[in-house]
Amino acid sequence: MSHVSSHHHDVVIIGGGGAGLRAAIAIAEENPAFSVACVSKVYPMRSHTVTAEGGAAAVIKDNDSLEDHIYDTVSGADWLADQDAVEYFVNRAPEEMIQLEHWGCPWSRRPDGTVQVRPFGGMKIERTWFAADKTGFHMLHSLFQTTLKYGNIVRYDEHFATKLLLDDEGRCRGCAAIELRTGTVRAVLGKSVIICTGGAGKAFPFTTNGAIKTGDGMAMAYRAGVALKDMEFIQYHPTGLPGTGILITEASRGEGGILVNRDGRRYLQDYDLGQPLEVDDPRHPQTRTMELGPRDKLSQCFIKEMWAGRTIETKDGHVVHLDLRHLGEKKIDKRIPFVRELARSYAGIDPVYQPIPVRPVVHYVMGGIDVDSDSATNIPGLYAAGECACVSINGANRLGSNSLTELLVFGGQAGTHAARFAMDHPDYDVSALLAQAGDERDRIRRTYFSSPGKSGGERIAVLRKELHDSMEEGAGIYRDADSLEATCNKIAELWERYANVALDDHTNSFNTELTAALELSSLLDVAQSMAHSAVERTESRGSHQRLDHPERNDDDFLAHSLAFHREDGSAPRIEYRPVTITKWPPGARTYGADSGLKRE
Amino acid sequence: MAETKTITLELFRYHPETDSEPRFQSYEVPYDEDWVVLDAINWIKDYVDGSVTHRWSCRMGVCGSCGMMVNGEPKLTCAAFLKNYYPFPIKVEPLVNFPVERDLVVDMEGFMDKLQDVKPYIIRDDVNDTSGGEYLQTPAELAQYKQYSMCINCMLCYSACPVVGHEDDFLGPAALALGHRYNKDSRDQGRTERLEVMLSSEAMWGCTFVGECTVVCPKHVDPAGAIQQAKAMGAQEYFKRFVMPKGAGATKGAGA
Repeated sequence: MSHVSSHHHDVVIIGGGGAGLRAAIAIAEENPAFSVACVSKVYPMRSHTVTAEGGAAAVIKDNDSLEDHIYDTVSGADWLADQDAVEYFVNRAPEEMIQLEHWGCPWSRRPDGTVQVRPFGGMKIERTWFAADKTGFHMLHSLFQTTLKYGNIVRYDEHFATKLLLDDEGRCRGCAAIELRTGTVRAVLGKSVIICTGGAGKAFPFTTNGAIKTGDGMAMAYRAGVALKDMEFIQYHPTGLPGTGILITEASRGEGGILVNRDGRRYLQDYDLGQPLEVDDPRHPQTRTMELGPRDKLSQCFIKEMWAGRTIETKDGHVVHLDLRHLGEKKIDKRIPFVRELARSYAGIDPVYQPIPVRPVVHYVMGGIDVDSDSATNIPGLYAAGECACVSINGANRLGSNSLTELLVFGGQAGTHAARFAMDHPDYDVSALLAQAGDERDRIRRTYFSSPGKSGGERIAVLRKELHDSMEEGAGIYRDADSLEATCNKIAELWERYANVALDDHTNSFNTELTAALELSSLLDVAQSMAHSAVERTESRGSHQRLDHPERNDDDFLAHSLAFHREDGSAPRIEYRPVTITKWPPGARTYGADSGLKRE
Repeated sequence: MAETKTITLELFRYHPETDSEPRFQSYEVPYDEDWVVLDAINWIKDYVDGSVTHRWSCRMGVCGSCGMMVNGEPKLTCAAFLKNYYPFPIKVEPLVNFPVERDLVVDMEGFMDKLQDVKPYIIRDDVNDTSGGEYLQTPAELAQYKQYSMCINCMLCYSACPVVGHEDDFLGPAALALGHRYNKDSRDQGRTERLEVMLSSEAMWGCTFVGECTVVCPKHVDPAGAIQQAKAMGAQEYFKRFVMPKGAGATKGAGA
């Protein structure tokens, strides 16, 4: 067996999006003598953080309070968020946002030079910081550019991590990764590891997520023995463009856009989301009301409108209209110019003059790698942050503009804790890790390069499409036991067929057919955890709506689901852990003008 | 049943392990007027030839991965609609002025080094001290650099630029525009050291102001304008440093 090259660092970060880069800076600052490896399957500025549009939440206005942000987040999560974690998150948020401002993020400003904020869904007070409607783009580029000033951050760009490496004492000490340019498998080693690989929207056919969001880090942790938590909670964003699934930001509603059905009615008023004000009323849009309700409810309202026959049928499926015309050209160009650009390019309409056709689209995975409020997993030395992780602050439904802030708060925190772990546990046995990396290289060659090629094997795209169809059909906005059972069975069948995947390409250099096959295996694992967790949760909460169990059931399910991996293809073992409730006992989740935190 | 319309894509193929020189390969792709060139390439990879190699991710013009030459012009393939070419064949090649790694994938290491060279970050002593709240920046100050902060690093401008092709050490439009973005940011105090890099080699003066970079930029960054302004800023800086009494012209504090 030939040698696997090893690369030694102090901390290894897998993923170069918002959370990974924030973690890298935190480590570089915590210990300037440390060497930080950042392993990413793409160049960092390609990471999916780049597409986030609307903004990032942090309390800054005088009339706002930390407690209001906590309450909005907890109630938005349908009480499935851990309240100690939410408190930490909300308290840390303003400082992290100011830090990013100092690092050059071009936040939109008020005339006096202070940061401007806008209202967002489910948030009682305006607290969403924004950089026009390219907030994620600016955050990612500001973070990436800031990392360039640290000589101790070493990037492994276009390196596809495939496996976590654990030492004899069970501590995580690095990963095996394929260098795409050459196909070489490397062992990137460190004293601790942070996974920041983002979500897994690509388990579904119709998603805002980019091609790279295939749940690789979730699957890696899952296979190594970390539970995937709350995977049944999948966020549909209510306003995606039909056909492509391109996101039209919630900021378009924060700025005053309205949703109407085929009859021109603002249908949200028929679903307990409060009463509409005229669009020229200075109090419009009202927070926690109508179009500024939470995403799960708005997406569910769409389905009910569709069932009632009040949506509009197009060649790309049913839609409703997002009407921005009353905002006028000037405001649209100033506050949400990217919305106009996207609608013109990809829907062929100009929102200054025409309403935008929209429908719900898979956007975000609330669940993820089970971490505690220190971003640590149950494997010593292994941390996770960002969308791939589940702390949980998002519970059963994430509020818009909390996830960009989450990248900063928990990316930074994971970096600090991983750096300290590395300082406390400096020694490890390299030979054991290299042997594992060698085995991993051999496994990849055996699995993907020894098949006969085109003759009769399974095609990646075919299996992926069947997975997509099954997830949409069985595990979408509304599910029931039968639909989920069918999806579970389909995934088991796809795992069997996956063993016969045949690649056209058996070469080493930049083999993106190989990485697509690896990504599909990640998606199968992640999708399986989603479907089985959804089967077991026989209640409806937030984004998880069971037609056969329509009520929330706090007696049995005020608890996080934990899916544990068995061997490939078998159903996971599901356990539960109680939610941490501190000061905000579960209550009715209400929206409308007088909703939100009630004070004595 | 109506006959299915198709369109031909001629893809540049080159594999470093097996090919001594590049070739073109033609593929018939179902024609859909909503499809972009990237969709057609993905369809080929998925259903016809898994060895076709390209980069992509967001499919909405913001991640910057999928730049290629489409019928000789540098384009984001996620924003190049088939309907603008139909019924004629579309020739797709890797971005020019970069070494080819494989098929439509170019080597961007040199580009990444150039981005780093211009020190694209806020330089000031208290940058990690958040205790005083945000640095104030008025909308007018923001407007000074906002346009230059919109670059998605898609590298189309490097393929359009006549200087990049024959001057290896030319920092190039995107990197210079990025350096200029920080020089124009009122929060930054690093203009002097940044300009030193930007002006050090033949680099910036090599720009002949052809303006092709600005023409092809999908995000309207106007690198040509940035370079022109940076040259003027550099001349001013030179004047201050060597003609004015020592120290009088140091650009500390909020930028102009």
